[in-house]
Amino acid sequence: MKTTTTVIIGAGQAGLAFSKRLADRSIDHVLIERGEVANSWRTERWDSLRLLTPNWESRLPGYAYDGDDPDGYMDMAEVVQFMQGYADTTGAPVQTNTTVKSVHPADVGYVVATDHGEWHCPTVVLATGACNIATVPKVAADLPSAIKSITPMQYRNPQQLQDGGVMVVGASATGVQLAREIQRSGRQVTLSVGEHVRLPRLYRGRDIKWWMDVTGLMNMSYTEVDDIKRARGLPSLQLVGTPERSTLDLNALREDGVRIVGRLAGLHDGKAQFSGALGNLCALADLKMNRLLDSIDNWATANGIDGEVEPARRFAATQLDPEPTLGLDLTTAGIKTVLWATGYRPDYSWLNVPVLDRKGRIRHDGGVVDAPGMYVMGLPFLRRRKSSFIDGVGDDARDLVNHLCSRLHRQAA
Amino acid sequence: MTQTDTQTTPANVDNGVNVEALLGAREALDAAPEAAQFKWRTSCEWVNGTHSRSTVSGFFGLGEEQARSKDFTIESDHPEVFAAEDHAATPVEIVLSGLASCLTAGVAAVAQHRGIQLHSVKATLEGDMDLQGILGIDDDVRNGFGNIRVNFTVDADASEDEIKALVAQSQKRSAVFDIVTNPTNVFVTVN
Repeated sequence: MKTTTTVIIGAGQAGLAFSKRLADRSIDHVLIERGEVANSWRTERWDSLRLLTPNWESRLPGYAYDGDDPDGYMDMAEVVQFMQGYADTTGAPVQTNTTVKSVHPADVGYVVATDHGEWHCPTVVLATGACNIATVPKVAADLPSAIKSITPMQYRNPQQLQDGGVMVVGASATGVQLAREIQRSGRQVTLSVGEHVRLPRLYRGRDIKWWMDVTGLMNMSYTEVDDIKRARGLPSLQLVGTPERSTLDLNALREDGVRIVGRLAGLHDGKAQFSGALGNLCALADLKMNRLLDSIDNWATANGIDGEVEPARRFAATQLDPEPTLGLDLTTAGIKTVLWATGYRPDYSWLNVPVLDRKGRIRHDGGVVDAPGMYVMGLPFLRRRKSSFIDGVGDDARDLVNHLCSRLHRQAA
Repeated sequence: MTQTDTQTTPANVDNGVNVEALLGAREALDAAPEAAQFKWRTSCEWVNGTHSRSTVSGFFGLGEEQARSKDFTIESDHPEVFAAEDHAATPVEIVLSGLASCLTAGVAAVAQHRGIQLHSVKATLEGDMDLQGILGIDDDVRNGFGNIRVNFTVDADASEDEIKALVAQSQKRSAVFDIVTNPTNVFVTVN
C-alpha cells in the first residue's frame, strides 16, 4: 500500500485547483483520475456544447485564458486543451486511467482502493463533480416501449435520434440547449418546463456573467444566503455560449417553433400529463430575472458606470399559449424520443464512509465533509455561488487547503 | 440584544402569521421526515336530493392522531337551475373556495416572512365549466373545470413586483394549487 498526505479523486478543474493549492503548501498528494485529465469534458458531453461562461472567466489558481477572444465560449476541445495545459503547467501528480473502487475509513485516515493498488492517506478530497449520473424521474418507467428514452449523457447530436418528434423534459441549461438544437434539426420538439432560471445572455451590452461577477453575486458566500439548501438545489441557468452571444429563453425557443408545455406530471396509457402551473413558474422566473436586473442597474448607478454601458431595459414577459397543453398522447403526437434533461447527481457508489443524507447528498459544511479529513469540491454553492464553475474552484480550494493544513498541524502537535 | 432582534421579520410587520413557528416546524420536520406525514380527512353524509353535509374533525400528523377543539361542517347543494333546493354552495364552488383560501393564506405567510405589511387581500376566482361533460352529452368534454382564473387585489406596503412575487410564491407552495394543477390517483372503495 502506498502512502500520501492527500488523495484527490478526480482531475477536473476542482481536483487540479486543489492540487495546485496543496503544491503551493508543499503537501505531498496524488490525483486519481479514471480517464485522462478533464475526463467528463472529454467523454460525457454532447458535440455542440460550449461553456456557458465567457473565456475571460476561465480562471484557475496561477492560470487563466490568454487567447484573443475573451468574450467567446470554449467548445469542449478547447476546454480539454485548457485543462490539460493547466495540469501540465502545474505539474499536477495525476495518475490517469485509474478507477477508484472504494474509499473506506482506516484506523487513521482513509484507504483509497483503485484498480491499480491502494493508497493510505490521512486526508481525501472528493473532486468527482456534481454531474456523474443523469437523473431520470420515476415516471420514465411508464413510457410506451416504442418510444426511445435517452439522457444527455448518451446524447451527442440530433443525427443519432430517429426522425419524428422529440419531447425534451427539463428546461435548465441542458434542456433549452438541446431543445433548440433538435428543433433546428427538423424534429418537432415539445419542451416540458418546470422551475427554471431565466437570464439574458447580454445585458446593457455586457455578458450577464460579467455583471454577476462584478456585482459580487458569484462571490457570495454560502453563509450569506437565507436558505443554502434551496440555493444549492436551484436549477442551472438558462444560458448558452454561442458565437452570436444570443439569449436562449423560452421566448427564443417558441420563436423557433418549440412547443412549450408544463412540468411532466404523469404518464398514463401513453398519454403525458402536464402541470397547469406553467404560467406561475414562468411568472416566478420573469420576476426573479427582473430582480437581478434591478440589482445590476442599482450597482451600475452606484458605481458610476451608467455612461459606459447601454441603457437599462426590461425584456418581454415569457409568452405562452393562451391555454397551454395539459395532455398529449405521445404516439398520436408523433413523438419518437424522450430526452430526460432532468438534472444530474454525483455518483458516490464507491464511497464507503457514512456521510450521505437520506437523499444521497453528501453532508458537508462548505466542503468540509462530516468525516475527519474528508473534503468535497465542485458542488453547486459549495462555499460560494461560483463553486461549481471553473472560476470558483480556486477560492474554494484555498479555503479548504487552509482547513486541511490546520488539521494536519493540530494532529502533528 | 433580545432573541427577537435576530429574527428575520421586522417587529412592526404583523399579518397575524407566526412565521417563527412555521420556520421552526420546517426545521424540525426536515430532521424528522416521518413526522411530516399527514393525513387529512372529511366524512360526508347525504341529506336529501343533492344536499349533503361534510364533517371535518381530527387529522393525523406529527406521528399521531390530532384532535380538534370542535368539529366543522361544510354543507353543499346545487342551485335551483339544477332542479335542486340551493341549501348551500356547489362542490365545485367549494373547490374554488379551497383554492382561494389556500392561496390567500400563502400570501399572508409569505408576506410575513418577507417583512411585508398587508392591509387587505382579496381573491376573486372563476372557473369555466362546459356542462356537456357532467350531463354526458359529449364525451370529449371533461367534467371538471376547463380554465380557472384567479385575480388578486392586494394592498400592502410593497412595490407592484413585490406583490406579484408574493402571489407567485404562494402558488408555488400551495397544496390546493398543486392538487388542481396536477393529476392525483384517487382510490374509491365501497363497503
